[in-house]
Amino acid sequence: MTQKCIIIGASHGAAQLSASLRQEGFEGELLVIGDEPHLPYQRPPLSKAFLSGDKVAEALYIRPAAFYEKNNVLFRQARVTALNRDLQTLTIRDYDGRVDELNYSKLALCTGARVRKIEIPGSDLSGIHYLRDMAGAEALKRSVVAGRNAVVVGGGYIGLETAASLRKLGMHVTVLEMAPRILQRVTAPEVSEFYHRVHSENGVSIHTGVSVAGFSGKDCVERVVCADGSEFPADLVVVGVGVLPNTELAEAAGLAVDNGIVVDQYCCTNDPNIFAVGDCTNQFNDYYGRRVRLESVPSATAQAKTAAASICGLRKSCTNFPWFWSDQYDLKLQIAGLSQGYDKVVVRGDRHTSRSFSAFYLKEGKLIAADCVNRPQEFMLSKKIISEKINIDPKILADDSIPAKDLLMSV
Amino acid sequence: MGNITFIENDGTQHVVEIEDGKSLMEIAMANGVPGIDADCGGECACGTCHVIVEDKWISSTGSATDEELQMLDLTPERAPTSRLACQVNTSEQMDGLVVHLPEFQM
Repeated sequence: MTQKCIIIGASHGAAQLSASLRQEGFEGELLVIGDEPHLPYQRPPLSKAFLSGDKVAEALYIRPAAFYEKNNVLFRQARVTALNRDLQTLTIRDYDGRVDELNYSKLALCTGARVRKIEIPGSDLSGIHYLRDMAGAEALKRSVVAGRNAVVVGGGYIGLETAASLRKLGMHVTVLEMAPRILQRVTAPEVSEFYHRVHSENGVSIHTGVSVAGFSGKDCVERVVCADGSEFPADLVVVGVGVLPNTELAEAAGLAVDNGIVVDQYCCTNDPNIFAVGDCTNQFNDYYGRRVRLESVPSATAQAKTAAASICGLRKSCTNFPWFWSDQYDLKLQIAGLSQGYDKVVVRGDRHTSRSFSAFYLKEGKLIAADCVNRPQEFMLSKKIISEKINIDPKILADDSIPAKDLLMSV
Repeated sequence: MGNITFIENDGTQHVVEIEDGKSLMEIAMANGVPGIDADCGGECACGTCHVIVEDKWISSTGSATDEELQMLDLTPERAPTSRLACQVNTSEQMDGLVVHLPEFQM
């Protein structure tokens, strides 16, 4: 009998999984079900180059239609409404309302994450945007008017990248962050201060410790109202307050879910015929010795390769070193590792006046993460030090007079 | 339109068509050349699209920029003509170009 693999979700995970399955020699039917009218596209540029540039949607496609045709990967735009593991069937609803039932022999959940929506007075006014998919980015792009006011709710990476792009497009931009500092959840105070400074220098007005209570306006948003009574004029609002993993389908089907769909090192769920990849998964990470749910393209790519091998009956354990990047203005931030739980930060370079430095996060004397701003060599070096558990003296790390390439020699 | 040949570490050749204006990485992705997965989508941020240009072609592709050199610095397989494929824009003048893939991407 022909094998049939169905991939639910059509983003980075699905793009890599479908390609890797064919590379691993999977000869069965291959169907990707997604709810957007697009082939898998690069999501990170939506808040950066795509928002501030003139690229069309197709320019972001990870691979062109011809690739999928040649490799016999089919796409269908639909929503999966139910998963029956005993019968190995899916119920789907097409966009014209047609309901269909599909059989699978192997199933991959690449359902990703969705934006966390805020439910406060006025949050249903038009002019309030979220940034996660192409439709959201296109809608935001259409409403940009140079010289008008944009308010970004949330001072995380997405919010700050969006703020930088909107500045580039000539808008007046205000960022409102609930925490005492921007990027609080992900970086050390030293890095937050740096980004605060650069955004201020670029004309973005940042307010921290501010809780948004509601939006007001006639039909379209006109003002953002804060809990302390302060108000900010807004011709458009962008909300970037995090994402939630799409685990409902897995949960309803009785798969193990714990802040993400629980998978083993082969990206297999607790059902041997069902695999999961990407932002929706929770997996043990060898480098950090704990389970993590990563919101990251490289992680989805690595997991997709593992899942492809597993589906083809090979056993390739997933090694997935966490790393991330963020582009704002002329700053390229590359982040190696996970900084949670650090007990010491050392900074290399001048974060107060320059636009190039690295912050190294240590725990019990060991490097666990690094934020590298315009320092690609130190980023690659950090990946190596952390993943290979190399011992390095923090004083040497902080000494900017030692060339990066010589840092390992001084170990 | 001309062709570009990607040669894997084990000698497997992939002859693909040039698409004017596309990067070497985009062309490799479009044709499913194994070993180029372009984690960062062409931002020069991940270093996973390392290729080694055959010597005689380096004048048409150009040499690595400072940023690429920094990304490639720790790569054991780095050669004098190493490039990140996402940073090489192709044109019809590159008809016949041959690039080699390292055994491992970073």
